[in-house]
Amino acid sequence: MPSRRQIFEARQRRRANLIAAGSTGAVLLALIVLVPLAPGWEAVQRSFFNGAVFAKTFPGLLNAFLMDIAIFAWCAPIIAALGLAVAVARDLRTPALYPVKLLAIIYTDVFRGLPVILVIYLIGFGIPGLGLPRPWNSPYIWGSLALVLVYAAYVAEVIRSGIESIHDSQRAAALSLGLSSSDAMRFVILPQAIRRVVPANMNLFIALQKDVALLSFIGPVEIFRQAGVYKSLLANFTPYVGAALVFLAITIPATRYADHLMNRQRKARS
Amino acid sequence: MPTLVLNNVQKSFGTNPVLQGIDLTVTGGQMICLIGASGSGKSTLLRCMNLLEPIDDGTITLDGVDISEPGYDPQPVRQRIGMVFQSYNLFPHMTALDNALLAPRRVHGTSRTELEPKVAELFARFGLADRMHHYPDQLSGGQQQRVAIVRALAMKPQIMLFDEITSALDPELVGEVLDVLRQLRTEGMTMVLATHEMGFARELADTVCFLDRGRILESGSPEQLFGTPEQERTRAFLSRVL
Amino acid sequence: MKLMTMTALACGFAGAAFAQNDCATGKTLTEGTFTVATGNPAFFPWVLDDAPESGKGFESAVAYAVAAEMGFDPDQVTWVRTSFDQSIQPGAKDFDVNLQQFSITPERAQVVDFSAPYYSSAMAVLTTKAVVDGGANATVTSLKSLLWGADANTTAVPMLMDLIDPDKQPMMYGDNVDVTAAMQAGQIDAALFDLPTALYLSAVVVNDGVVLGQFPPERSENPDQFGMLLEKDNPLTACVNAALTTLTETGKLAEIEAEWLQATTGVPVIE
Repeated sequence: MPSRRQIFEARQRRRANLIAAGSTGAVLLALIVLVPLAPGWEAVQRSFFNGAVFAKTFPGLLNAFLMDIAIFAWCAPIIAALGLAVAVARDLRTPALYPVKLLAIIYTDVFRGLPVILVIYLIGFGIPGLGLPRPWNSPYIWGSLALVLVYAAYVAEVIRSGIESIHDSQRAAALSLGLSSSDAMRFVILPQAIRRVVPANMNLFIALQKDVALLSFIGPVEIFRQAGVYKSLLANFTPYVGAALVFLAITIPATRYADHLMNRQRKARS
Repeated sequence: MPTLVLNNVQKSFGTNPVLQGIDLTVTGGQMICLIGASGSGKSTLLRCMNLLEPIDDGTITLDGVDISEPGYDPQPVRQRIGMVFQSYNLFPHMTALDNALLAPRRVHGTSRTELEPKVAELFARFGLADRMHHYPDQLSGGQQQRVAIVRALAMKPQIMLFDEITSALDPELVGEVLDVLRQLRTEGMTMVLATHEMGFARELADTVCFLDRGRILESGSPEQLFGTPEQERTRAFLSRVL
Repeated sequence: MKLMTMTALACGFAGAAFAQNDCATGKTLTEGTFTVATGNPAFFPWVLDDAPESGKGFESAVAYAVAAEMGFDPDQVTWVRTSFDQSIQPGAKDFDVNLQQFSITPERAQVVDFSAPYYSSAMAVLTTKAVVDGGANATVTSLKSLLWGADANTTAVPMLMDLIDPDKQPMMYGDNVDVTAAMQAGQIDAALFDLPTALYLSAVVVNDGVVLGQFPPERSENPDQFGMLLEKDNPLTACVNAALTTLTETGKLAEIEAEWLQATTGVPVIE
C-alpha cells in the first residue's frame, strides 16, 4: 500500500511527464509543419537533404571516415603520454629542473593560444618545406604532430588541474612514509588525479575526433574532404550532412558517456 | 633507542609566528603528549619533527645528527619517524593492504610476497584482518585511522608522531583507536602525540607538554601538569577542557 | 542538351530587333547595375592583381565585354567575392553572374544556371623540375606512379581519376595556394589544373615549376568548359548567353583570350 506522500508524488510526476511530452510534441509538430512551408524549403531540401545524393555518397564517406579513425587512433595515445609528461613537468619543484618547468609552461600557453588549423598549416606545410625527404615530409606525420601538440597542451592542463585538486595532505601522507617526491607523484597523486579528470579528458578526445577533419586542409582525404569533393562534383551539400551524421554517431554516445562518468563522480564526491 | 632533540625551534608562516623557541627531548620508549588550544602550534611542531615543514631557526637532532640543516635529505629521516594524521590521509585508490605495502616496497625494495605476511600480521594485531582488502571508503573512520597507523608501522619506524588522530572520529569510535595506542605503548614504541584526549594523556603519558602561542609553557609528569599546574594559562586551559 | 536549347534561345533574342540592354532590364539584382562575382582571392591569369575592377585578366575582361554587350557601362559593373560553396548554396544570390573558372557539369546545372561556355580548357600537369629529373615524363604510365594533388573544389578531381587514375590516393586541398605549398614541401609530385592556371603557377608560384603536359579539350569526351554561374532559372541567363554568342561570333572573345591567356601550343600533349 503506497503512502499518501507516494501517491501525491506519483501524481505530480505523471503531470510533469504529460506536460513535457505535450510541449515537445507541439514543438516537433510546429517544426515538421512550418519548416516545409518556408519558401526556400524545397531548394534547401534538394541541396542538403537529397536522398539520391545521400545514397550515392554515404558509402564513400564511411570509407573516408576510416582515415579519421586511423589518425585519431595514433594521435590519442601520444597525446595522453605527452600531456601527462607536460603536466608533471609543470609541477616540478626541483630548482635544477626549472628550465623544464618553464618550457612546459611556455608550451601549454602557446599551443592553447593558437587555433588548431593554424598550427596544422604552419607545421604541416612549414616543417616539410625545410626539405625533408619522403616519407618524412608526409602530411600525415606533421599534421598529426600539430594535433598532438595542441591537444597535449589541453590534456596537460586538465591533468594539472587534477593534480592540484588532490589535497596536499595526500602528498604529506606519502612523504611522511619516507616515499620520494617522484614516488609520491607516481603512486599517490597521479593515479587519483588522472581518475578524477577522465571525463574532462574524454571531452577533449571527442573534440579531437572532430578536429581530425582539419588535417584535410593539408592533403589527407578524410571524411570532411571527401564530402567536399562530392559537394563540388554534385553541387550539393548533402554529403556534408552525411558526414555530420557519421560524426554524431560517434560523438553523441561518447559525450553521453562522459557526462555519465562526470555525474557519477560528482555523486561519489558529495 | 632513538633520541630526538629539539633546540629553540622557530617557525613562522609569513609574518605569523607559529613556533617561538621550542625545546623538547624525546628519548626512546617515551610517550610525550602535546596539549593546548587549537592554533597553539601542536600540529606544526609534529610536522617539523617529520621534516614536512622546514624550520626557520633552531636545530632538530636525531641521535646527534642535525637533521634540520637546510638541504638535509628528509627521506631517510621520515623512514625512521612515522606520522599519523587527523584526517587519516589514506590513499583512496588502494586497498588497506596496498596502502600499507606501498612505502616498504618502494623504499626498501622488498617484494610483495615477502612483505605481505608481515603486514598482514600487523593488520591482524590491530583487529583488521578482515578489512585488509577493503578500500578506504568501505571502512569506518576508526578502521581507517587504524589502517593509517598500520601503514606507518609497516615502515618499522623508531618514533611515531600522532597528530590529533581521534579528533575527526565519532565519539564511539575513539576508543578503538586509543586501544591501538595503548598496545603500542606496551610494546615500548617511542611516541609523540598531539591530543585533546586529556584522560588518555593522564593515563599513559610520561611527559605532558602544554603548548601556548608557539611555546612550551609548562611540561612535566601527568600528575604534576594535571594536578598542580604552575601557570595561570595552563590552569585556564585545563579548566576549559576537563 | 539543355545547354544547346539555352544557347538557341539566346540566339533568338540576340537576333531580335530591340536593343540588347532591354534584355537585362529588370533582371539584374540592382536596376542599372551588373553585379559580377569572382573568387577571394581571384587568381592570375583570370584576374590580374586580384583587382577585377581593372578589367585586366581574362575573366575580368570577359565580364566587362559581356556587360558592354548587355548595355552596361564599365562603371555600372560592380564586383563581389564569393566562395564556391556560396555560389552553389540554395537561396538568393548576391551576384548576377559569377565567374571563377566554374566548369559546366550536368550535376551542377541542376542547382544553378550556367551560361554558354566562355572558355574551353585543357587540363595540364603541373610538377617540378626535380620530379622531371627523377624520370617523370608525359605519358599516362609515368604519371600514374606519381603522388598526386588537386584542388578538391574543382573538376580536376574526377579528371584526375578518369585521365590518369593514380596508383596512390591523391591528396586534396582547399585552393591553389595549398596545392602549391604541398608541392613545394615535396608532399606531392604533381597536380592537375586547367592549363592557364598551371602555366601561371609554374612560371610564378612554384620554384622550378614545370608544366609537363596537357590533355587538350578537343581530345576529351567531357572537355572542361568554363561557364558563368547564375541563380537557377534566372531570366538573365538568356541575356548573358546572347551577349556571349555575339562576342564569340564577332571574334571578340577570341581576341580577349589571345590578349590575356598565354599561347598553349608549346605544352606537349600527353599520350
